[in-house]
Amino acid sequence: MTAWEPVVGLEIHVQLKTRTKMFCRCANGFGGGENAQTCPVCLALPGALPVPNRIALEWTLKLGLALGCEIPKRAVFARKNYFYPDSPKGYQISQYDLPSCINGKMLVPSADGDHEVGIVRAHLEEDAAKTVHVGGRTGRIGGAEHSLVDFNRVGTPLVEIVTGPDIHSSEDARRFLQLLRQTIVELGISDAEMEKGTLRVDANVSVRPAGSTELRTRCELKNMNSFRFVAQGIDAEVARQIAVYEAGGAVVQETYDFDASSGTLTARRSKEEADDYRYFPEPDLVPVEPPDELVERLRGELPELPSVRIRRLERELDLERALVLVTGGLDRLYEATVAAGAEPRAAANLIANRLAGTNGDAVDPSELAQLVEARDRIPRSVLDEALARVGDADFAAAPYLAQEAVSDTDELEPVIARVVADNPGQVAAYRGGKEGLLGFFVGQVLKETGGKANARIVSELVRERLRA
Amino acid sequence: MGGMGVAAMSRLVDTLRLTAEEASGLLERKDVTAAELHRAYLDAAAERDPELHCYLRLVEEPVGDGVPIALKDVISTQGIETTAGSKLLAGYAPQFDSTVAARCKAAGLPIIGKTNTDEFAMGSSTENSAYGPTRNPWDPERVPGGSGGGSAAAVSAGLAPWALGSDTGGSIKQPSALCGNVGLRPTYGTVSRYGIVAFASSLDQVGPVARNVRDCALLYSLIAGRDERDSTTVELPEPVRLPEGEDLTGLRIGVPKELNEADGIEPGVTDAVRRAIELARSLGAEVGECELPRSVEYGMPCYYLIAPAEASSNLARYDGVRYGLRVDGERYQEMVERTRDAGFGDEPKRRIMLGTYALSAGYFDAFYGQAQKVRTVIAREHAAAFERFDVLVSPTSPTVAFKLGEKAANPLAMYLSDLLTIPSCMAGLPGLNIPCGLSEGLPVGLQLIGPQFSENTLFRTGHALEQAIGFDPVPERLR
Repeated sequence: MTAWEPVVGLEIHVQLKTRTKMFCRCANGFGGGENAQTCPVCLALPGALPVPNRIALEWTLKLGLALGCEIPKRAVFARKNYFYPDSPKGYQISQYDLPSCINGKMLVPSADGDHEVGIVRAHLEEDAAKTVHVGGRTGRIGGAEHSLVDFNRVGTPLVEIVTGPDIHSSEDARRFLQLLRQTIVELGISDAEMEKGTLRVDANVSVRPAGSTELRTRCELKNMNSFRFVAQGIDAEVARQIAVYEAGGAVVQETYDFDASSGTLTARRSKEEADDYRYFPEPDLVPVEPPDELVERLRGELPELPSVRIRRLERELDLERALVLVTGGLDRLYEATVAAGAEPRAAANLIANRLAGTNGDAVDPSELAQLVEARDRIPRSVLDEALARVGDADFAAAPYLAQEAVSDTDELEPVIARVVADNPGQVAAYRGGKEGLLGFFVGQVLKETGGKANARIVSELVRERLRA
Repeated sequence: MGGMGVAAMSRLVDTLRLTAEEASGLLERKDVTAAELHRAYLDAAAERDPELHCYLRLVEEPVGDGVPIALKDVISTQGIETTAGSKLLAGYAPQFDSTVAARCKAAGLPIIGKTNTDEFAMGSSTENSAYGPTRNPWDPERVPGGSGGGSAAAVSAGLAPWALGSDTGGSIKQPSALCGNVGLRPTYGTVSRYGIVAFASSLDQVGPVARNVRDCALLYSLIAGRDERDSTTVELPEPVRLPEGEDLTGLRIGVPKELNEADGIEPGVTDAVRRAIELARSLGAEVGECELPRSVEYGMPCYYLIAPAEASSNLARYDGVRYGLRVDGERYQEMVERTRDAGFGDEPKRRIMLGTYALSAGYFDAFYGQAQKVRTVIAREHAAAFERFDVLVSPTSPTVAFKLGEKAANPLAMYLSDLLTIPSCMAGLPGLNIPCGLSEGLPVGLQLIGPQFSENTLFRTGHALEQAIGFDPVPERLR
């Protein structure tokens, strides 16, 4: 039986959150109702001309630099010609043979070392309008009774990132995307949220016998709106292709939609003819020639990249912890908390397990360090409350630390005696060798004391009593 | 008509002869009001335009206190229907002014009307207008040239003191030649294209049409310069100077062999141009021969790859979804096909097909890509000539005005009308047409070509020659 290796390349579209659109000065972002954010340029009225957004160009370079790309001396916008109602000009302005960023790579840390994913290119283009097809079964244009077009989105700056076919598991794909997303978010150029469509991912998937270097026919997966679904889609497509090959068949190049709720892949209707976008250089725009000083300034503004930080944290923690902290945007809080005196592993656990979703920048690390230090000393309920409020502007640890857990043996002994008396069966089992039951007794005592007992002390006292 | 009698008005305002500069003087001295001036041209239009059909629409009430101006109908004017001579845009009134229209308004020039054009500026006779042809004021049986035949004929027939046209491969210079007036195609990038219904973006330039060179220079100074709405524009390296001198001492004039000896140049045209060159020599210019072999041989075929390629893309926006004509269909595709089939005339369809083919996968390198390379060769060849000469001269059009219908059935014969104007357009260079005499009773145009941003030199040369030639720009039948 052949062992198969997945070969995956990703195409990622990122909407930039510039103040204005890519080629006109309409507000970028939605609001004001359908077609409210439009002008002669983005509606393609006769004679309107595009003027590029300088910030969008700079942000594209910045992202390219963060992805280790070369910045060519000259990038050229081209016209990609096609008729569709979401394309008011009849063409999309996009970079084609001369993109802004080329030949980058991203290192994806994993258990067996860094996996390198090549970035073939990152280029700037404009988003299309939003079409709503009314009356069709699938929400697509075929079979619809009529279609409505909302031009608010048309002209939103969009960076397309294309990776090489360098990803060999759905898990690597998910990690790559998490890292990429975190990089984008930290650059401050996009919210990069798949649910909102500000980050979109298509996957090109093929398989090959393990050990081979060939590239077989690939299929494209679209319509996956979370990283988890991307991973599931890749797994489903890999399984499908393996089954095809093992049944002696051949994979046919197709585009599939992945339905996460059923886990199924649906082929889009094949086009009767091949796409011919008739690309040519956009004559309404001059070539983009970023000066060296600009590129170097942008390079100097780059933050330390997530993959580098993961590698650094991995040395003191483990890979999984490091990944969670970095892709959760909490690693800087972690490091500051440790710097404020907290024990590293305890701080990592507390932050990774208890502060997911918290804005790390809002937390005062020295206050958090005090909580880490006191985590076993203060009652569980108090710790919970403190962690829930640790991001508040006026948070101070002191009042919580004052509520010491009950460690007084005289106070705890009667409770322990009562718990032991009430559970003769468990006592017998414990004494018979089931030492795991220790936690049960500790839990009961904590419950009796309303969470105020010091768990470590209780544990010692229980063990002592049951030994007798 | 203000307080002035009709007789007094017509003595002061002979619209056939009055230059824009003179009209401006009349306004400054308050000899006439802007409204009276505007009315005089409307009256002239009422008299002569039913025959000539220069205007697609007139503006009755002047907005502005300056000299009225006519605009080719590819120039967007806020609230005034702008059709580009196409049925597809019938009823389309732009929400915004083109930059050139806005600059005219800012200078106080009231728009008097929108002039006829070949559909989407595609043609050399104005016969391709969906709204019927314009006729030549010198002989209404003949064409005024194109695509800007409406603007050129309006100026020659005294229906406007000056006008704006647009030039892709000769659409300002060639009609000016055939109508006997002055037209400038400016250096690419000096005049904003914002709001100009696009034909071929890398070639389209707006420019003035006027009765003499000084008016032409004045109008150019009003519209030229960097526009932040058009990324391809630049600031003029030097201000526009209104020409005054009458001698050409020190000017080096080159006579490119291929532009002056091409097949199809009528003998009468050659004679008039030779006389003009001799006059230039007598005014002090040094005249020498030069060559532009590849520019003339390959200019036309390359133009007919690049211009249709860009047009095929520029015209894709006319899909019936947002504005203009819509012919409904069962499906989106059907609606688009029906709309475009009904809305475009034969010439745009022909060029869309040519251009789509030239850009197709597998053909791009051989056609569009190759044509762009040749374009660089053409630019270099001109640059080499300008190391030796300040100005190159040739006929503007190989022929005088031809008869309506004469070339309409033969697109290739029509395309050859632009044989001599196309090469410098491909190189992005400025070109000025001035009338240099008559042949068979019809005007002959002299083309002056200069390096980039040499408009001042062209104005100086054109003005001196204009004085020496003494051409009467009023069509004989209207004198």
